[in-house]
Amino acid sequence: MSLFSKKNKEVFTAPLGKNNPVTVQVLGICSALAVTAQLKPAIVMGLSVTIIVALSNLVISLLRNTIPNRVRIIIQLVVVAALVTIVSEVLKAFAYDVSVQLSVYIGLIITNCILMGRLEAFAMSNKPWESLLDGLGNGLGYAKILVIVAFIRELFGSGCLFGYQVIPQWCYDHGYLNNGLMLMPPMALIIVGCIIWWQRAHNKDLQEQ
Amino acid sequence: MNTNKNSYTFIYASIVVIIVAFLLAFVSSALHSRQQRNIDLDKMKQVLASLNVRDVKDAEAAYRQYIVSEQLLAENGTVSTSTEPYAMGEKSGDKGCAFLCSTADILTQRPLFVAKVEGETKYVFPLYGNGLWGPVWGYIALNADRQTVYGVYFSHEGETPGLGAEITNYEKFQSPFAGKHVMKDGRVALSVVKNGNVKDAEFEVDGLSGATFTSKGVSEMVRKDLQAYAAFLGAGTEEVSNQ
Repeated sequence: MSLFSKKNKEVFTAPLGKNNPVTVQVLGICSALAVTAQLKPAIVMGLSVTIIVALSNLVISLLRNTIPNRVRIIIQLVVVAALVTIVSEVLKAFAYDVSVQLSVYIGLIITNCILMGRLEAFAMSNKPWESLLDGLGNGLGYAKILVIVAFIRELFGSGCLFGYQVIPQWCYDHGYLNNGLMLMPPMALIIVGCIIWWQRAHNKDLQEQ
Repeated sequence: MNTNKNSYTFIYASIVVIIVAFLLAFVSSALHSRQQRNIDLDKMKQVLASLNVRDVKDAEAAYRQYIVSEQLLAENGTVSTSTEPYAMGEKSGDKGCAFLCSTADILTQRPLFVAKVEGETKYVFPLYGNGLWGPVWGYIALNADRQTVYGVYFSHEGETPGLGAEITNYEKFQSPFAGKHVMKDGRVALSVVKNGNVKDAEFEVDGLSGATFTSKGVSEMVRKDLQAYAAFLGAGTEEVSNQ
């Protein structure tokens, strides 16, 4: 079987669209609320999760036939925690600025449900290469939603994108105000809800009978 | 092989844990010196930022250029220890007495950085406090009169992005501190007030809207930690450098 067969492409692209981890599988909602007030942390968080979920999927998939069934969750957790810790230590040594910006978020990756969800649902029963693709796909699908939410929240919440002012001063002079609610976590939930609404309205497969 | 046997489960779990433990220990010890160097460089950058020396390429060289000496003050405001500025990798007692002070030491040892910027003496005080979600800290630089703020630097561990995290924003939050006065009748009067409620522009700085608790935390940190230096701040303007 070739590395980029139709099935493998499907494994990679499905999480970006109709099997999105956030909007369809409803995994990783908590961090989607926490880090999306600005675009920059959202992107960094999305990329970090992508790397960690891909690597841990790969490791668990390699070990999948040896893991005792009764302790599999703990083994998965140990692998994820070890990977996150190593990534965080390496960042501190070689990219200190990035690790300062990430601060608490990098530790939060361990608790991201996407990791455990994908390890249980996919890596435990699939070959390493497919698992790696699945991890990358799901990480990027997660990152995609984070970026959309962060774009809307930063634009309407602080009038900025990536920290640069994009809504011109004359708008404020004519009475335009930033929406403070946009910066609060509940607004992220509402935006995610709107994305789910839009996606279901456009995708027959996702509609319940 | 039967992977459901008790003995297999025990051995498997033990081996995994041992491998992971060795791996983490190895990574941690292999990277420790690099990490410590980064932490030290970052601290130097923070001290320099309070002196409005920002975006320096070589923090170590800039630190040596601007910082004249480091001191520890006694309660009555006199200098109890004075050393040369901290140099990278040297942990000996005759260098970096203020730099090496930990967060807990500040109220008892009163570390002080003495700097020269464009020929004028500036004093830099470290500050440690609590924001809404976790620690906040910073450095505040005063002019030689020990009354007027020259510059400040604040940072935090996990304040809300877009709200409390804006205390790191120079234009929005830090630059208004410059020119404010610190002491009034022997007490620290410099404070951060609720957004839009500045009454006494000599001492009060506008807080961040939507970040009341972080602003309060910064205000309390400035008040509490600078109060520990009250004797020094009230001691007039004669030169304390004993070099």
